[in-house]
Amino acid sequence: MSNAQIEIQIIASLVAIACAIPGTFLVLRKMAMISDAISHSILPGIVIGFFITHDLNSPLLILLAALTGIITVVLVEYIQKTGLVKEDTAIGLVFPILFSIGVIMIAKNANDVHLDIDAVLLGELAFAPFDRLMIAGSDVGPKSMWIIGSILVITITLLIAFFKELKVSTFDAGLASALGFSPVIMHYGLMSVASVTTVGAFDAVGAILVVALMIAPAAAAYLITTDLKKMLLYAICFGVFSAISGYWMAHWLDASIAGSITTMLGLLFLSVYLFAPSKGIIAVMYREKQQRIEVSLLTFLLHLQNHDEIEERHVNHLNEHINWQKVRSKTVLDLALKNNMISIDNKVVSLTEKGKTFTLKAIDYIITNEDSQIEDMKDDFFLFRG
Amino acid sequence: MSQRIAVQIDDLTVAYNYKPVLWDIDLEIPEGVLMAIVGPNGAGKSTLIKSILGILNPIAGSVSIYGKPYDQQRKLVAYVPQKGSVDWDFPTTALDVVMMGTYGSLGWIKRPRQKEKKASLEALEKVGMLSFKNRQISQLSGGQQQRIFLARALVQNASIYFMDEPFQGVDASTEIAIINILKALRKAGKTVVVVHHDLQTVPEYFDWVTFLNVKKIATGPVKDIFNDDNLTKTYGINYKVSIQE
Repeated sequence: MSNAQIEIQIIASLVAIACAIPGTFLVLRKMAMISDAISHSILPGIVIGFFITHDLNSPLLILLAALTGIITVVLVEYIQKTGLVKEDTAIGLVFPILFSIGVIMIAKNANDVHLDIDAVLLGELAFAPFDRLMIAGSDVGPKSMWIIGSILVITITLLIAFFKELKVSTFDAGLASALGFSPVIMHYGLMSVASVTTVGAFDAVGAILVVALMIAPAAAAYLITTDLKKMLLYAICFGVFSAISGYWMAHWLDASIAGSITTMLGLLFLSVYLFAPSKGIIAVMYREKQQRIEVSLLTFLLHLQNHDEIEERHVNHLNEHINWQKVRSKTVLDLALKNNMISIDNKVVSLTEKGKTFTLKAIDYIITNEDSQIEDMKDDFFLFRG
Repeated sequence: MSQRIAVQIDDLTVAYNYKPVLWDIDLEIPEGVLMAIVGPNGAGKSTLIKSILGILNPIAGSVSIYGKPYDQQRKLVAYVPQKGSVDWDFPTTALDVVMMGTYGSLGWIKRPRQKEKKASLEALEKVGMLSFKNRQISQLSGGQQQRIFLARALVQNASIYFMDEPFQGVDASTEIAIINILKALRKAGKTVVVVHHDLQTVPEYFDWVTFLNVKKIATGPVKDIFNDDNLTKTYGINYKVSIQE
């Protein structure tokens, strides 16, 4: 690997981490779309900042652009508060207008501005290593690495300092307010971090990828954990993984780095969506099938408990008596046998002692309306699940 | 009994989009009562609590807690919001939610430590939820979630408790557990204010009641003012509670 290649991967990874942190909270606050709005509407801020500073990496430009991000949020909330339109409509109204103002400003000044629409949308990660930061005459690395690195340090410091405040105001804004942690301050604090991060990452990865890096890793992490700290950690790992694997995919395909990273993010989310241990589609389908059979089993056991008559308990009569297809009856019967819930004597089914205990307990739970307890009880009784 | 005033509300008016939902409320809540706030939907019951706690800004009037503004008395007050007001799919555990109750006394930046964890575990035990401490909150039943919220208020170790419909959507055993805890709080000299829907249980559960329907209709001891007259004024045409008599 050349130095430039390593530097690009470092920059991409830093951007991924810096995006994953505010992204996690945006996803939990159901505000994913606001990051899309910010990433587009900061464009006029960048253009104006560029006119003033003539340097895409100037801190003033970053602040100006971040300010446009905050203005976006304020405008969206203002329009929404009028009660005339819903939040998503307000977002859809605000950011295209601000973005197009930026587009017109670029087009009008295309001659003397080194800034074009492609770069804005997709970034120019491949060129990032060419713009060096020189301190006292010596080369200390690409400028964008230092910018996003500084933003990341600030973000992490804020995250560690205000973790509990962020958590409580995200989970329960009413309580946060009553406890004295103003949800408004936390909201605008988070929006500021998201805006600054977006601007910092914008130059490297462009407006479209910033959104993907904020939302996709957090959304995937949300599917595999039930702990906020782990969710942050997984989101960061997913982001870095996509950044590096995306870089190599671009290298291999000789395609856009930003596009490849976004594609990797999409693939990563898709696989988590399919294979996540408890919330994944496959796990959910498997669990539904298991529950269907286990509910049938319980129905069958209750039937046995309720009926002493031989004809009600004869294997051959099961199908007609509880009105099941043959396959289902057999599956249920096998499951009951495997778990020692029933015994079959001369084709007549009876509950075993264990089966009786289980059924009586289940009836108790059903009567007291605590059906959820049945699920816990299954762990004690079942050797094999449905 | 001559009592101190825990909460004093003067001329409180609260509006959403310039439409008042509470008009000119004057209300005194004496220390040590277990009070129900009753009234029809849209009467402003939750709004009243939220205004007392500074979550909503009134357009007129003032609220004081033991003679001082709420801002200075936060640590004396615990709040149980409506269960439906939060996202129960949030990635966190029962214990963690209860620990949020300790955040107020910690203040900004400081993190909960062993002491806060121990207090939270004790609160979980009081509501009979200790064995669920590591359970993800979406895996809890409605009644269990309400108990967690109650534990979160208990851990605040406050003097005044505000609860927004704590009995909504809970099973009978949880309702009994909650009311026993509320009665124990009153016995310990705390003041408890509950937004309540089930009129039948008011005389059994509470000793103080406030009738509210945008304006305050009446407030006082249940035995004196919980009658058909006030119910009719609050709920409209000829309301009778005779069913429970």
